[in-house]
Amino acid sequence: MGKRVLIYGGIAALLAVSPLFLNAYWTDVLNSIGLYAALGLSLNLIVGHAGLFNLGHAAFYAVGAYTAAILNTKYHIPILALMPLCGLTAGLFAMIIARPIIHLRGDYLCIVTIGVGEIVRIALINNVFGITGGANGIFGIARPNVFGWIIRRPQDFFYLIWAFVALTAFLFHRLENSRFGRALNYLREDETAAEGSGIDTAHYKLMAFVIGAAWAGMVGNIYAAKMTIIAPESFSFWESVVMFTLIILGGSGSIPGVLLGAFLIVGLPEVFRGFTNARMMVFGAAMIAMMIFRTGGILPARPRRYALPAKAAAEESA
Amino acid sequence: MSLLSLRRLTKSFGGLTAVHNVSFDVEPGSIVGLIGPNGAGKTTVFNLITGIYRPDQGEILFNNTSLLGLRTHRIIALGIGRTFQTIRLFQNLTVLENVLAGCHCRMRSGAVSAMLGLARHRREEKKAVEQAMNALAFVGLDQNALQQAKNLSYGNQRLLEVARALATEPKLLILDEPAGGMNEQETTALIDLIRKIQEQGITVLLIEHDMSLVMRVCEKIVVLEYGSKIAEGTPTEIKTNPRVIEAYLGTEED
Repeated sequence: MGKRVLIYGGIAALLAVSPLFLNAYWTDVLNSIGLYAALGLSLNLIVGHAGLFNLGHAAFYAVGAYTAAILNTKYHIPILALMPLCGLTAGLFAMIIARPIIHLRGDYLCIVTIGVGEIVRIALINNVFGITGGANGIFGIARPNVFGWIIRRPQDFFYLIWAFVALTAFLFHRLENSRFGRALNYLREDETAAEGSGIDTAHYKLMAFVIGAAWAGMVGNIYAAKMTIIAPESFSFWESVVMFTLIILGGSGSIPGVLLGAFLIVGLPEVFRGFTNARMMVFGAAMIAMMIFRTGGILPARPRRYALPAKAAAEESA
Repeated sequence: MSLLSLRRLTKSFGGLTAVHNVSFDVEPGSIVGLIGPNGAGKTTVFNLITGIYRPDQGEILFNNTSLLGLRTHRIIALGIGRTFQTIRLFQNLTVLENVLAGCHCRMRSGAVSAMLGLARHRREEKKAVEQAMNALAFVGLDQNALQQAKNLSYGNQRLLEVARALATEPKLLILDEPAGGMNEQETTALIDLIRKIQEQGITVLLIEHDMSLVMRVCEKIVVLEYGSKIAEGTPTEIKTNPRVIEAYLGTEED
C-alpha cells in the first residue's frame, strides 16, 4: 500500500516537472497522451466498469468539441467557460442515443455504437444544421485565457490537460468506490442477478453512458482549445478504437491501468518512430503478446478495500 | 390477510403452458414449500412473482399491492428477496461486495455525492458495510468477507446468495432450491438457518427437491404438476395425498 503510493507519487512528480526538460515535440506527445488518458478514463466507466461495449465514444468527444468550437467562434464565449456546457450537451446526446439501444447485449451494442459514431462523423462532414463547417471543420477557435494568462504553448497546455486528468482520476476513483461504482460492476458481472438484488440495471447502464459521454465532451472542449481547429476526421472510428484498446490493454476497470494504457498506445508509436515502417508491426506484436499473457490487462483492477467493523477485522487477523 | 397472494396465474411460452391457473396464498410469518416434479413450473412461478416474466393472466398481490407490470428491482425494493436455482453470484467480486449489492436498494447516495465525498455518503457506506457484515455473520460467512465469491465452496455460495437476499431487508424471502448441491450436513445447517430467518419475522417461500427438508421445515406445501396445482396442505396431508404420490412415483421410475 505505502509502496504503491510512493511509486504513483514519484511518477506524478516526474510528470509534473517533465515540461522543464522536454522539448515542445515531446511535451506535445505527453499532451496527446493526457487527452487520451482522460478519454480512456471516461470510456472506462462504460466499458471497464459497466461492461458495455462502446466503440463509438468518439461521437461524444465530437459533440463536446463542436459545442465548444461553435459557441466560441460564433458568440466568443471563452472556451474553458464552455466546459460544463460541453459536458452537458454530450451527456444529453448520450441519453437520447443510449436509451433505445441500452437493452442490447455485448456484440449487438458494440455494432450499434459503431454506427452511432459513424452517423455523427458523417453528419459533421455534411455540415448538419449548417453550423459544423462540413469536411473543413471549424477554425479560428480562440486560445483559452485563464485570468489573463493565455494558454498557447505545449507546456501551458500540458498543465491544463494533466490537471484535468488528475481531477478525473481523483473523482472517478471515488466513484468506483461507491454504491454507484459497485452497481456498474454488478451489472457487468450478472445483469439478472443485479436486477434480482434490487438494482435498477437500465438506469445504471444509462448513467454509465451519460457520465462517460459527458466527460468525453469536456475532453472535447480541451481538444478544441488546444487545436484551435477541429474537423470531422479527428473523430473517426479509429479514435474510438484507440480509446477502447488502451483500456483493454492497460487494465479494464483500473484507473492506473487506463493511464498506463494511454502511455503505451499513444506514446509507444512515437518512441518506435526509429523503426519507421516496422513500428506498427512491433507495436501490434507487443499488444498481441500482452493480450495472451495478461488477460486482465497490464495493471488489472484491484479489489476494493473496505474498513470492516472492528470485531470482524480482529477475527480476520487472528 | 396473506402476505403474498397468487390468483389464477397463467403463463405460456409459445405452445407450452408452463403455469396454468395457479392460485395460493402465503401467510405472514410462515414457511411455505413449492414442490413438484422437474418441469412442473415452480421456477416459472418464482420468476412471475419477481417480475422476470409477466403472467398472461392472473394477479399477484404482495401486501395488497399488485406486482403486475413492476420491474424486478422495484419488486425487490417492496420487500421480496430471492435466490437463484443456478447460483448467480458476482463471481469476480468479494463476498462482502456481493452482499452490498443487496444493501443497494436501501441506500440512497448517487454518483455526485460519491464524487464530492459528502459526509452523508461516507456514513451510509459505513453503515452498509456493517449491515452486510451482519448478514454474512447471520449465515456464517463473515470470516470470508474479503475473498472472491468464486473461491467459496458450493454450499457456501448458496449461503452467500441467501445473505445477499437478506441484505435487501425482505419481508418475504424466496429460495429456489437452496439445498441444491449441498451434502447432508450442510442441509441440516440450512434447515436451522431457514428457521432462524423465520424467527427474524421473515416469511419464507421455497422450492426444494429434498423432500426431507421440505417436510421438516414447511408449514404449508403447494404441489405443482405440469404447471397446475394438484395439492395444497400441511406436510402430513401432502404425504398421504394420492395425487401427489402418483405424480412423484411417475417421475421416480425413470
